[in-house]
Amino acid sequence: MKKWKLAMMMLLIFTLSFALIGCGGDDDESGNGSDEEKILIFGRGGDSVTLDPAKATDGESLKVTANLYENLVTYGEEDTSINPQLATEWEVSEDGLLFTFKLREGVKFHDGTDFNAEAVVTNFNLWASDLESYYYYNSQYGDGNNGTIIEEVKAIDDYTVEFKLTRSQATFLQNMAMDSFGIASPAAIEKYGEDFKKNPVGTGPFKFEEWKEEERIVIVKNEDYWKEGYPKLDKVIFKPIADNQARLNALFTGDIDLMDGISYTDIAQVTSKSEFQMFERKSNTIGYLGLTNTREPLDNKLVRQALNHAVNKQEIADAFYGGYAVPAINPMPPLINGYHEGVEDYAFDVEKAKSLLAEAGYGDGFEMELWAMPVPRPYMPDGRKVAQLLQKQFEEIGVTAEIVSYEWGTYLDKAKAGEADAFLLGWTGDNGDADNFLYTLLGKDNIGSNNYAYYGNEEVNDLLVQAQTETDTAEREKLYMEAQEIIKDDAPWIPLVHAKPSVAGKENIINYIPHMTGNESLEKVDFK
Amino acid sequence: MSQVAENQSPLQPSSQHDEVVSPWLDAWRKFRKNKLALFGAITVIFFIILGILSPWIAPQGINDQNMANTLQAPSSSHLLGTDDFGRDVLSRIIHGARISLWVGFLSVVGSIVMGCLLGILAGYYGRWVDTIISRLFDIMLAFPSILLAITIVAVLGPSLQNALIAIAIINVPNFGRLIRSKVLSVKQEEYIMAAKAIGMKDSRLLMKHILPNSISPIIVQGTLSIGTAIIEAAALGFLGLGAQPPQPEWGQMLAESKAYITTAPWTMIFPGLAIMLTVLGFNLMGDGLRDALDPKMKH
Amino acid sequence: MLTYTLRRLLMLIPVLLGMALIVFFIIHAIPGDPAQIILGQQATEENVEALNEQLGLNEPLYVQFFSYLGNILTGDLGESFQTNNAISEEVWPFLAATIELSFVAMLIAIVIGVNAGIISAWFQNSWFDYSAMLLALIGVSIPIFWLGLMEQWAFSVELNWLPSSGRENVRDPVEPITHLFLIDTLIQGRLDQFVDVVRHLILPSVALATIPMAIIARITRSSMLEVMKSDYIRTARAKGMRMFGVVYKHSLKNAVIPVLTIIGLQTGLLLGGAILTETIFSWPGIGRYIYGAIDARDYPVIQSGVLIVATMFIFINLIVDLLYAAVDPRIKYH
Repeated sequence: MKKWKLAMMMLLIFTLSFALIGCGGDDDESGNGSDEEKILIFGRGGDSVTLDPAKATDGESLKVTANLYENLVTYGEEDTSINPQLATEWEVSEDGLLFTFKLREGVKFHDGTDFNAEAVVTNFNLWASDLESYYYYNSQYGDGNNGTIIEEVKAIDDYTVEFKLTRSQATFLQNMAMDSFGIASPAAIEKYGEDFKKNPVGTGPFKFEEWKEEERIVIVKNEDYWKEGYPKLDKVIFKPIADNQARLNALFTGDIDLMDGISYTDIAQVTSKSEFQMFERKSNTIGYLGLTNTREPLDNKLVRQALNHAVNKQEIADAFYGGYAVPAINPMPPLINGYHEGVEDYAFDVEKAKSLLAEAGYGDGFEMELWAMPVPRPYMPDGRKVAQLLQKQFEEIGVTAEIVSYEWGTYLDKAKAGEADAFLLGWTGDNGDADNFLYTLLGKDNIGSNNYAYYGNEEVNDLLVQAQTETDTAEREKLYMEAQEIIKDDAPWIPLVHAKPSVAGKENIINYIPHMTGNESLEKVDFK
Repeated sequence: MSQVAENQSPLQPSSQHDEVVSPWLDAWRKFRKNKLALFGAITVIFFIILGILSPWIAPQGINDQNMANTLQAPSSSHLLGTDDFGRDVLSRIIHGARISLWVGFLSVVGSIVMGCLLGILAGYYGRWVDTIISRLFDIMLAFPSILLAITIVAVLGPSLQNALIAIAIINVPNFGRLIRSKVLSVKQEEYIMAAKAIGMKDSRLLMKHILPNSISPIIVQGTLSIGTAIIEAAALGFLGLGAQPPQPEWGQMLAESKAYITTAPWTMIFPGLAIMLTVLGFNLMGDGLRDALDPKMKH
Repeated sequence: MLTYTLRRLLMLIPVLLGMALIVFFIIHAIPGDPAQIILGQQATEENVEALNEQLGLNEPLYVQFFSYLGNILTGDLGESFQTNNAISEEVWPFLAATIELSFVAMLIAIVIGVNAGIISAWFQNSWFDYSAMLLALIGVSIPIFWLGLMEQWAFSVELNWLPSSGRENVRDPVEPITHLFLIDTLIQGRLDQFVDVVRHLILPSVALATIPMAIIARITRSSMLEVMKSDYIRTARAKGMRMFGVVYKHSLKNAVIPVLTIIGLQTGLLLGGAILTETIFSWPGIGRYIYGAIDARDYPVIQSGVLIVATMFIFINLIVDLLYAAVDPRIKYH
């Protein structure tokens, strides 16, 4: 039995040493002194799925690739205006069917190969060749019949590319700037094949270094970046920490420098500490309560209007968004071109709501299910809490709502099938265009897809389809305004809030401007 | 799993049968002397009363929101503070007692019923029936139980009722095995063999002899299991898979107030303490019952 | 002994097969379309259909099951829907993280639990005994997710002594060799990193250790009390503290069997508890790997992940049973 004694002693010594180390450990340096390597650690809710932006469908993937790749054109730092990036200038033909881009010269991919017109052609042809895998290419440039509206991409010379379209598309350039359409090195695509998603090669300010799943993605400074003096950081590490609270703790203890997906209720904690600050992201989102238009009694417009009158949106914004949200009036955020300033919202008015209900024949109220999202989304961090407030507000007008929740995948499936009465949901814009909100979410054509509310107004649908090919900006905006007025009256939803899914970080971080699309290049970010 | 238990059981003739004095009275005397067990029983009774009387004694209702009065620290008007809807935490904990105890109790009853059925089938009929059922129990025990519960809830959809079903299912093997071994040992007893020989029906045999024999271990195991079931329900609630808002189930309350741990720790501390105290009560009571009813039974 | 081992190993096969079957049908009963979830809200109908085809989800269920079973038998655990990586390659780092965490937790539980149990028995009815047993009682009654959150709040947010998430310092990551970071850092002679890894381990492993620690303490105490009834110990005890060493040694030996039993029983609970602990402490372990896969309907990962965990559990119990014989020759196997 000597051995046991020995083993036990070993264990004892081991534990003691644990205890000692535990208490004696000093806090690590945050390590952003002037001479040292500048490393930024970005904490986020989940890991990337792929680092091939053209195949990515999730924000966590694009968040990284936005730093590795560049597009022909890019959005403005604070809006979705179109600016040159890999293309320096471009021309559009009269009929809107021919786009000619002049490319930037002297740009190299991270693997040393040249960026040129051939590279652009290769990328676009690759995406067109497999519409099933390249989801965004299909959704933005597909024609809905397994073809694309881009008929041909042609290299005129080394630094000129021409795009020929089959029909005009008002959002052509707007789409071109989406993070999904970053230009990758043809040599690397060839070399890595299926593994390209783990070996990304672009022209961006940072180069890929390492990806350890669920642990970290490391990208390092691209020393040969074409923009003089950038990037400022030497290294960026993307670290997934699933739990919001744990991520915030990691920020406070110095394990990470920046974190997104902060609970709005935690913002006050961040701003109360002088070592930390908030970076506000402009809203590109809508959080809404869908009122399935085909289900009784929500098929009655008066009932939907009554419910709209019953909701106190400001209370929701204050209670669960910490002020980082504005009450929503239209189905899209005010920053989008074509937003109708003149539409008046249904005022919070319990009496009015009751009388509308009575007029609709539901003077004694009714019962319905109120679906709450089980997962935090950027547009609505805590669906269950918003649902509880709504439940209480509906109770005031005699409507009894039972909160129901399904696991996320099921939730979307069932809502899509029209099985929900009232359901919380939302949307984050893809390309900063009105079409991406109004047509996608409320076009009759999209019932069974993203029109979860089963809103089937033909007139609105016609206006929205017409706007898709209208290339005159002013005319187009007029069409959208008209649609918004009708939508307001029909009240297919209760638009709740436009959230600003902001980022919390250390006080010494400068020049970080979160972009409204949700992803941004960190090239200018620096430590004080 | 353990061979030790099987090896030892023949050495200890299992039966409280021979005791002539009412075994229940005897047990009660023993139980009464055990201070910790009494403390446990009192705690449990306290929470049961709280649960039953909750609509009358709670200062506020389940969902009395007051958005002008959110996240208030404990004070004389709100003894345990308010949550992010301005609801009184104390009231919600009191209402929650009803839910947690209900889930704990019902799920254990469910486990016992299913466990008895399967255990008796396995123990009494033996052979392939036994093989299949025993293997099924092996499989279930090799599953991390909370994972099994999560999967079951994922299939049924998250709600308090489904969480209850999931918890009942994952605890079936515990009772099933217990009953099975009890049946096996009782089956060997002479009077059972005799009864069989004179042609007593299977069902009557079970009702008359085997079940009564298994009551005390079931009571002990059941009491201890209620504690576990309450924690499991809270865990599911915490993961958003159990009770749905605004139901004040304790685990769900913890999940809702997780974000306020630094700013309003009372929203986090008290529901947790409530779970702990209740479970502690059941554990103490269960231990005491074991000592009183069946001194030979060890962990 | 050998035949016993072989028989137990053979018995594994139906259990694992049954488990594969049950897991397969349960997860396919979960409503929700994996392709839809992978592609997200923005996906079109055609995208979803195409991905379902590609993942082989349009085949009849029994075809899917047998092809899965066939793959398992040839040692192919399948590919993750989400990452397209082979699970057999992907799973080890997660498994290693859980093994490391559970091992340390068990270590803490045994060392503290056994010692507390012995001392409590020796000084029966002393203040130490009362407080240790009260703590043990509380320990088995505490929800570990709550304990974990409280630990985080106290020790990392308020006091800032220990890191609250992850298993290494992100600024100075460990170069993985075995993926067991305690070992990796020592092999590389990186003591600073070793300290970091230990610091990350403390909070989650203490949370995870609580329940087994409490149970071990109680069992050790009660088996010790039995031992102390023997005349030999009574005499020894009468002679006072000098004899404590003798009794201690004797008790350790006695504690081995109950502790072994608990290790076997608790491993399953530990692996289950790891899901909650790993979620709270962002520990990149197998529990979170599987839990995440349930959310994403990543069927292959759920199936293979659960099989791996269950196999581990069964093997540990087999080893425990075999160890009984090693430490106590009185136990025979039939």
